[in-house]
Amino acid sequence: MSNKTLYDKLWNSHLVSQRDDGTALLYIDRHLIHEVTSPQAFEGLRLAGRTPWRADANFATPDHNIPTTKSERSQGLEGIKDPVSKIQVATLDENCKEFGILEMDMNDIRQGIVHVVGPEQGATLPGMTIVCGDSHTSTHGALGALAHGIGTSEVEHVLATQCLIARKAKNMLVRVDGQLKKGVTAKDIVLAIIGELGTAGGTGYTIEFGGEAIESLSIEGRMTVCNMAIEAGARAGLVACDTKTLDYIKGRPFAPSGDLWDKAASAWRGLKSDDGAIFDCVIELDAAEIDPQVTWGTSPEMVASVNGRIPFISEEVEKNKQANYEQALAYMGLKSGMAIGDIKLDCIFIGSCTNSRIEDLREAAAVVKGKQKAETVEVAMVVPGSGLVKQKAEEEGLDKIFIEAGLEWREPGCSMCLAMNADQLGAGKHCASTSNRNFEGRQGFGGRTHLVSPAMAAAAAIHGRFIDVSVL
Amino acid sequence: MKKFDAVKGLVLPLDRANVDTDFIIPKQFLKSIKRTGFGVNLFDEHRYLDKGEPDADNSKRPINEDFVLNKVRYANARILLTRENFGCGSSREHAPWALDDYGFRVILAPSFADIFFNNCFKNGLLPIVLDSKIIESLFAEVEAVPGFELSVDLEEQVIRMPDGGAINFEIEASRKHCLLNGLDDIGITLGDAELIRQFEDGWRATSPFYFTLK
Ligand code: SF4
Repeated sequence: MSNKTLYDKLWNSHLVSQRDDGTALLYIDRHLIHEVTSPQAFEGLRLAGRTPWRADANFATPDHNIPTTKSERSQGLEGIKDPVSKIQVATLDENCKEFGILEMDMNDIRQGIVHVVGPEQGATLPGMTIVCGDSHTSTHGALGALAHGIGTSEVEHVLATQCLIARKAKNMLVRVDGQLKKGVTAKDIVLAIIGELGTAGGTGYTIEFGGEAIESLSIEGRMTVCNMAIEAGARAGLVACDTKTLDYIKGRPFAPSGDLWDKAASAWRGLKSDDGAIFDCVIELDAAEIDPQVTWGTSPEMVASVNGRIPFISEEVEKNKQANYEQALAYMGLKSGMAIGDIKLDCIFIGSCTNSRIEDLREAAAVVKGKQKAETVEVAMVVPGSGLVKQKAEEEGLDKIFIEAGLEWREPGCSMCLAMNADQLGAGKHCASTSNRNFEGRQGFGGRTHLVSPAMAAAAAIHGRFIDVSVL
Repeated sequence: MKKFDAVKGLVLPLDRANVDTDFIIPKQFLKSIKRTGFGVNLFDEHRYLDKGEPDADNSKRPINEDFVLNKVRYANARILLTRENFGCGSSREHAPWALDDYGFRVILAPSFADIFFNNCFKNGLLPIVLDSKIIESLFAEVEAVPGFELSVDLEEQVIRMPDGGAINFEIEASRKHCLLNGLDDIGITLGDAELIRQFEDGWRATSPFYFTLK
């Protein structure tokens, strides 16, 4: 009889050695690379005369700095106007070439946000350890992999040694039971969880998401949930592997096939926590009680139901958080007690590694179909997560639905999720965004972000304010 | 990481407390994709009279003749002598990168900021904490004696003066070991290369489906 959690199993199966100082050497199966956090790591290798331990464990694609308009993209590298961004992207190309690393470069139809591309290509597999110099690497946990973000010096360490020096985290289970209301999605689940846990509630834990509502999500929905585990402070989020997981992976370009598939599938079926598994902490939510969620502040935990209001800070918020909350409201230009439905929106962003997959785009398209963007909304853009997502959406005619409704249809990349390219939210503007961070200035200097699901963002584009998509 | 052998060299006196990492290397240089080449911008805001930019031709910039780094008598110094709390501020690893790239190998101060102190060891620099009285007397000597050199022997944990005097210093045993052998985290992990290889062989045998990305 065993009582191991899925995290325990993944950890144990990759443990190379346990050191006396409490750290461990963990073997890494897959290392995903993008242009921003890798250049100094490659430079470090070169300076030390080292080569990657196993080049074929790595896989790269540029995303953060990539322009998203057709005219810029058609010029390839030359289309990147900021010289510093251009050098970063060109450097990734050169480093991958020099070190023999597979790259889907900016002219490759498979290019996209690294966390969208990994699963899409079958480079993310259940039971793996996966790292990337990016905090939203937690996304890949949706497939039953142990995945977390690392810093630049760790990127170099993984390249050189195929291992990470790590400390084991504690186990947390977040159970979401019951059934979701119509129009309520994975994004609303995870925002509600963060509202409950707080942005530091998961610190020091690996969170496994389970329960009926999580099981009934598609794999893409599970990715949305795991993507934001880091916003609750947990470096890694996980969902157990089930038949949906196997169906999702089968036939993808880098997934095993033939005999190897059979072998893999039988191993992956065991990737779940044992019945008697011991968690250090368990949180339970009822799916039926979750409304569409909207963040109103500058941290993902500052979240409310679309039908709710901003809290009265002096009465409803814990003392030690009040100053922080007041500051957030001042930045957002909003008032205590204001109804969420009264917030006026200037901009809509549908994209990012949280919500830019085909199901997200379908969900948004269904809401805007045959309608028109509100006059008061200045910019509404839809940015697919990868070239292949874009292609698929176009095959389904989603691009036309968006364009006819007055939304812009862009090329794949991180875009206005962090505004490292030219897609920037103006100062003082309110944006309904399907991304994952609403920090000050995240989408552009002075910009005001409200995190929502794709359906909520789409409805906000039509109405110029937030409306409850669960009653549409 | 390069090994730290004994160092003999000129001493440059930076007579200032609380030198922060922005003083060492200003933030506009962090956009770089490299970890070398920061030496020309070490102490940029004090060494030049204009504002530095990452792509500027530094040879054409106006020099601040009064700043100690620009004094001919300290050209090619290897040892930096400074005051309390050196390296405070942001955690940027660019600070030790810049000092190293300029050519410094040893920093002598009464105290260092914590993160900077750690970052030095990761990058082959030796920060040495000395009693403030000793620091004071070294400042006096450096100023009085042009061409004042020290030699630093890490193995023996001793700094030797030109007149034959010696100053002992402390260093954590594991840090000393890493510096002497040129071991960074990667170097240490690679010390377990055999273990990693064994693990990998076993893993490849039981889970060959993780080795299919070509
Ligand atoms: S989409 Fe946003 S959160 Fe995701 S990797 Fe890009 S910048 Fe980071």
